[in-house]
Amino acid sequence: MQLTGADIVVKSLKEEGVEYVFGYPGGAALHIYDAFHRQDDVQHILVRHEQGATHAADGYARSTGECGVVLVTSGPGITNAITGIATAYMDSIPMVVLSGQVMKPLIGYDAFQEIDAVGISRPCVKHNFLIQDVNDIASTIKKAFHIAKTGRPGPVLVDIPKDITADVAEFLYPQDLTMRSYPAPRKALPNEIVIAVEAMLSAKKPIIYAGGGIVAASAQEPLRDMVSKLGFPCTNTLMGLGAVAHSDPNFIGMLGMHGTYEANMAMHDADLIIALGARFDDRITGTLHNFAPDAKILHVDIDPSVIDKNIKADIPIVADVKEVLIAFNNELTRREKDINPELLKEWWRQIKQWQSLDSLWYEVDDKVIKPQFVVQKLHEVTGGQAYVTSDVGQHQMFAAQFYGFSDTHRWINSGGLGTMGFGLPAAMGVKFAHRDADVVCVTGEGSIQMCIQELATCKQYDLPVKVINLNNRYLGMVRQWQEFSYEKRYSNSYMDSLPDFIALSEAYGHVGMQITKPSDVEGALKEAFAMKDRLVFMDFITDQQENVYPMIEAGKGHHEMRMRPGSKTLA
Amino acid sequence: MRHIISVLLENESGALSRVSGLFSSRGYNIESLTVAPTNDSTLSRMTIVTTGDDRKIDQIEKQLNKLVDVAALQDITIAGHLEREVVLVKISVLDEQIDTLKRIVKSFNASISDVSPNKFIVEMSGSCEKVDELLSSLQNGDIIEMVRSGAIGLASGEETLSIPCQID
Repeated sequence: MQLTGADIVVKSLKEEGVEYVFGYPGGAALHIYDAFHRQDDVQHILVRHEQGATHAADGYARSTGECGVVLVTSGPGITNAITGIATAYMDSIPMVVLSGQVMKPLIGYDAFQEIDAVGISRPCVKHNFLIQDVNDIASTIKKAFHIAKTGRPGPVLVDIPKDITADVAEFLYPQDLTMRSYPAPRKALPNEIVIAVEAMLSAKKPIIYAGGGIVAASAQEPLRDMVSKLGFPCTNTLMGLGAVAHSDPNFIGMLGMHGTYEANMAMHDADLIIALGARFDDRITGTLHNFAPDAKILHVDIDPSVIDKNIKADIPIVADVKEVLIAFNNELTRREKDINPELLKEWWRQIKQWQSLDSLWYEVDDKVIKPQFVVQKLHEVTGGQAYVTSDVGQHQMFAAQFYGFSDTHRWINSGGLGTMGFGLPAAMGVKFAHRDADVVCVTGEGSIQMCIQELATCKQYDLPVKVINLNNRYLGMVRQWQEFSYEKRYSNSYMDSLPDFIALSEAYGHVGMQITKPSDVEGALKEAFAMKDRLVFMDFITDQQENVYPMIEAGKGHHEMRMRPGSKTLA
Repeated sequence: MRHIISVLLENESGALSRVSGLFSSRGYNIESLTVAPTNDSTLSRMTIVTTGDDRKIDQIEKQLNKLVDVAALQDITIAGHLEREVVLVKISVLDEQIDTLKRIVKSFNASISDVSPNKFIVEMSGSCEKVDELLSSLQNGDIIEMVRSGAIGLASGEETLSIPCQID
């Protein structure tokens, strides 16, 4: 079948099973947009800014495990998309970004809206392509999806010059592909499993440290199986929240800079750290020189480059974490009689003592709304089953600490790049994938303004997400650091002029609410969630001085957490 | 420690910038980098000379391997290998200095490959150390300009760099 390049693009997306493409048109992409107009198989979602398109595709990908897809034009189209591509890259999210490019004969001549898309995206993509021939479109798109989804996932950019999309070629979507330079991921060797399980069975102070790789590999079930077999304490990273349910007695909270005291102390004192799909990043480890001094490190990851990058592994296993966990469980079943819960008694006694400090404690106030209180009530009102996106800052940490996730793919935040503006467009992407679920964006008055234009997209496509704006009139995390480390010199962390968020929401055609009293929080949430078909923007006026505790400050280790003033201390 | 890493790279546009970009974005050292096609026209072979402790070299190799265009790589310095670099040096020579120059050239197994009035181009191929030595011997003369190719190398004997067989 002879088709134009533009039709081949759209047909290839259909072949990949793509439901939604998030994008924004422009000159170099117009042939492709015309091809979209000719079909109904793949739906194009028109956002209001290309950054929103990438975050929406990202939210779609994170909540489904499928590949998010983006279409933008050349020049500013792709430069606007870069922040969202980098966000996906840092968190290993599968995404394919198609960008229009100026016509081939114009490339290199500083044509209108020309930018070297392959060059500018190179540091923040898993791979990228510039298509040179209409005959290569289908196979390149096939490769792009394959690379984005396999191994350690990540974004892949396909840049397509405009003239190529007008050229005609025979369309035949390849069924197979061979890429000699992109081999299948390594598989674990039987002996590696035996050695790892042996280390588990003899550990007296073990901890399971599970990260975003569990989410990427959909390895929640075998992980939970292993945790219940072994009875080991388990901590999740910010990216791995939900891997073990917050209600599981073996779950001791998130670890890292704003993790629980017990999770960080357990990491520090452990004799065996079982790192599963996690990468020992700086927000997790604190300073490296006093990181877990007595621990043997068992590190499982699909990406060989994270092994020994920050922390040297004693038992490295490079393979898909789900396959490894299944193999661990089989070996543990075989050696069931060697599992000795007695070995862990003293360790659990110690952990319970740390837990008794209640490190997430905060003072409930009846006059001013505490942000933590809003998140706790949000959990209650949504039954803990909502998809929660967040932006970046204090509200992100409060959501991570207090929402209490029961499953993976529910907590959607920019952990690696820390992109303000992520939350609202990500929630749009989630809502497209989960029409009947509660989708909430927990944000702050700083972050929300970075992509607030997407309220219009929410209106156009009837996306009744709920926006929880924890409004403390400060860039809260910046203010907190300035309080702790800059002698309260609040340089440029206060926004003197904020919009009337109720009027703003209404201007976009949504419902706005402002909540100023703690006693109104629960009622307002119930009222908002009862409005099933409306986007409700809830502006919670919260305590300006509230800080995120506990905290590992710069230069400190896991065992040196700063607790909230007035906290209990160990006797 | 100095390492010579040989890389087989898909002969695609942009492949070179992926490698050089990786080195700059992650702060790895590059002493020299050369790249040219191989007898297989779909592959280029790149030779990177870099320095770093074992941990850094391990990361460099892993990060290189992650690049989709990298088909295979090998640190040829971990075992026996042959290393070569070509150097061209343009020297201004007075008549009375010619004999001294010829003596130096001969002792290094180098050659005078281009001659014009009072300007010679000396050419030599050898290990990077040998090239360093030649250059310091010529230091007293009047070096007008010079160029080094950067090192290339092959592992000795049975060790070869080739694309691993794909097992599906």
